[in-house]
Amino acid sequence: MMQAAGPMLEIKKLSVSIHGAPILEDLNLTVRAGEVAAIMGPNGSGKSTLAYVIAGKPDYEIVSGEIWFDGEDLLELEPNERAQKGVFLAFQYPVEIPGVATMTFMKATLNARRRSRGQGDLTTPDFMRRVREASQMLKLDQEMLRRPLNVGFSGGEKKRLEILQMALLRPRLCVLDETDSGLDIDALKVVSDGVNALRDPERAFLVITHYQRLLEHIRPDVVHVMAKGRIVASGGPELALELERNGYRDYAEAAA
Amino acid sequence: MAAVQGTVDRVRSIDVEAYKYGFVSPIESDVAPKGLNEDIIRFISARKEEPEWLLAWRLDAFRRWLTMGAPKWARVEYPPIDFQEIHYFSAPKTTPGPKSLDDVDPELLRTYAKLGIPLVEQEILAGVERPRVAVDAVFDSVSVATTFKAELAKVGVIFCSFSEAVRNHPDLVRRYLGTVVPATDNFYATLNSAVFSDGSFVYVPPGIRCPMELSTYFRINEKNTGQFERTLIVADKGSYVSYLEGCTAPKRDENQLHAAVVELIALEDAEIKYSTVQNWYPGDAEGKGGIYNFVTKRGDCRGARSKISWTQVETGSAITWKYPSCILRGEASRGEFYSIAISNGRQQVDSGTKMIHLGCNTRSRIISKGIAAGKSQNTYRGQVSAHRLATGARNFTNCDSLLIGHQCGAHTVPYIEAKNASAIIEHEATTSKVSEEQLFYCLQRGLSAEEATALIVNGFVRDVLQQLPMEFAVEAQKLIAISLEGSVG
Ligand SMILES: Nc1ncnc2c1ncn2[C@@H]1O[C@H](COP(=O)(O)OP(=O)(O)OP(=O)(O)O)[C@@H](O)[C@H]1O
Ligand SMILES: [Mg+2]
Repeated sequence: MMQAAGPMLEIKKLSVSIHGAPILEDLNLTVRAGEVAAIMGPNGSGKSTLAYVIAGKPDYEIVSGEIWFDGEDLLELEPNERAQKGVFLAFQYPVEIPGVATMTFMKATLNARRRSRGQGDLTTPDFMRRVREASQMLKLDQEMLRRPLNVGFSGGEKKRLEILQMALLRPRLCVLDETDSGLDIDALKVVSDGVNALRDPERAFLVITHYQRLLEHIRPDVVHVMAKGRIVASGGPELALELERNGYRDYAEAAA
Repeated sequence: MAAVQGTVDRVRSIDVEAYKYGFVSPIESDVAPKGLNEDIIRFISARKEEPEWLLAWRLDAFRRWLTMGAPKWARVEYPPIDFQEIHYFSAPKTTPGPKSLDDVDPELLRTYAKLGIPLVEQEILAGVERPRVAVDAVFDSVSVATTFKAELAKVGVIFCSFSEAVRNHPDLVRRYLGTVVPATDNFYATLNSAVFSDGSFVYVPPGIRCPMELSTYFRINEKNTGQFERTLIVADKGSYVSYLEGCTAPKRDENQLHAAVVELIALEDAEIKYSTVQNWYPGDAEGKGGIYNFVTKRGDCRGARSKISWTQVETGSAITWKYPSCILRGEASRGEFYSIAISNGRQQVDSGTKMIHLGCNTRSRIISKGIAAGKSQNTYRGQVSAHRLATGARNFTNCDSLLIGHQCGAHTVPYIEAKNASAIIEHEATTSKVSEEQLFYCLQRGLSAEEATALIVNGFVRDVLQQLPMEFAVEAQKLIAISLEGSVG
């Protein structure tokens, strides 16, 4: 894969704690435009924390370090400003919002995004057409989109809906936090196809996963191993295979 | 969907001054001297050219009121009101009484236009006629205009100011006045009975479905003036009427008293749908100024199979004390109460309903959504009782509270009483918060904190908004966004 000039995302010596407990320590990570980077690592190693900190979730204390996105200091921006600049997080646990139709929610977010770029609101037929296309690709029943956001959706439906939103918003940086967990084999294929369809030299993916199986569908350019709040190893797709065989033990020790 | 977009747009356009109806109109008024005594009551009655029986009724109420004390059981706090410091009558000088639209002071028409209430009968925008709504506009103590009267009269519907009804339909008024909320009912209702100024009167004859929405728009303009309106709606056998009440007041540093009485009477097979969008000035963020809204609203399902439905969106007032209720007297009659009560800043809301099941097979339904933000206190107080003869009575109550922030409070106080063993009363209640998780999720998708809150709140109140007439649901949704201004971030 061709690599663009500067990195899209650059994290330097990032240390983060929550309620005084350190979770990320001196973490360095670079993601280039066009790149698909996988992050693997044991439970509790700080993968979701990293994803949240990139997206700007409050409650985390940034002890030190920097995050640069397209040359901008991401830590200075509010979460919605980051989203408007093109940061998207597919949540490990998508949130329910009772009474708000999924369709209504998606239209509001899409228009907020458009307005932040000086574009006008989408007309309803235009919006419906995009939703129809995206939901066909992800094999989501459009009737479901009339129901309140994520309320009563199955685990797999919630995950597919995250990717549906990603397809509609067309972000620059897509952070996928365990999007594969809870998906059956067919859904895994569908979701992966959805992600692959969005691969683009101008877009990057940070794919957090525990399973080599996802990486068979979404072939990563780089694999990073995370342990105890840092990136402890980086390599090509073969690294994921090695982890599948040997587990994290060596890396956990390296981080200690 | 468009409505949510409207909400979002409105939030966007909000400036520091969230209460946009806070202006004062430069209209000269005839104001009665401050204070309350029998002479003032005689003055009001004389100004309105009332018959002797009505003056006597007022004076009886006044004498009774002198023996009563203000109710203390509500969860609201305010300094004692000095009833001698209030003006009990104020009328725009140029408009001695309701007359034709052409005679209305243009300044008044401008005031209502500014409030978004068109006092014209034809609203043709780009060739499209909007749904027609007949409006009775009450400015301080008098009704200044009522639209579509002639057209309504064609089907026999009477829609006019209360004063005019007393003059032109005295028998109807005398037959029904005080039969739902007696003059002795409670401190504020009794005060109202003594000094009531103006309000609306509606009579729908048997078998008639009122051909348009009726609406009254209340505006308090004059300083230190109480507003004591009185509304009486009678739906005769087999008729139907939908009625909407709206209200605003200028921003003033002093508190102003609003003590209204609304009486609804539904005869056999009749239906009344009464909606309120209450947006009195709530006071500033520190709790200075604002309206004291102490209102008695009650409907009597007098005939078999009659139905009364209250829908309220309460966003204004410094203090709200209000329990629109239904007396389910007729066999198989039905009562409904749908409420959204939003409090922000230092507002205090104590509101709810009473469903009094007297007849057999009567049914009632209560859906209440309380939203508290800022440092406000929001109480739902509801009573459901099934009397001895109310065989087969059924009630369903669902009462949800939503908290925004950490300094507000939500409270639910249900009173349930069943004297008939066959009555079935169900009560559900929940309290939730706009969670950090929900907010962050919305922000992550690019919505601002304010857009996100408006969206979440609109979701929370959805089942009640659906009860409002379409045109007003959109308005109410915008109002919700405005009243939550400053509650996040
Ligand atoms: N709000 C919190 N309060 C206290 N500890 C927290 C909080 N959030 C995360 N942690 C801790 O931070 C560590 C990293 O959590 P994180 O969710 O980032 O791990 P993860 O790598 O995503 O794990 P998994 O693979 O199980 O999803 C864990 O030990 C977790 O308990
Ligand atoms: Mg995780």
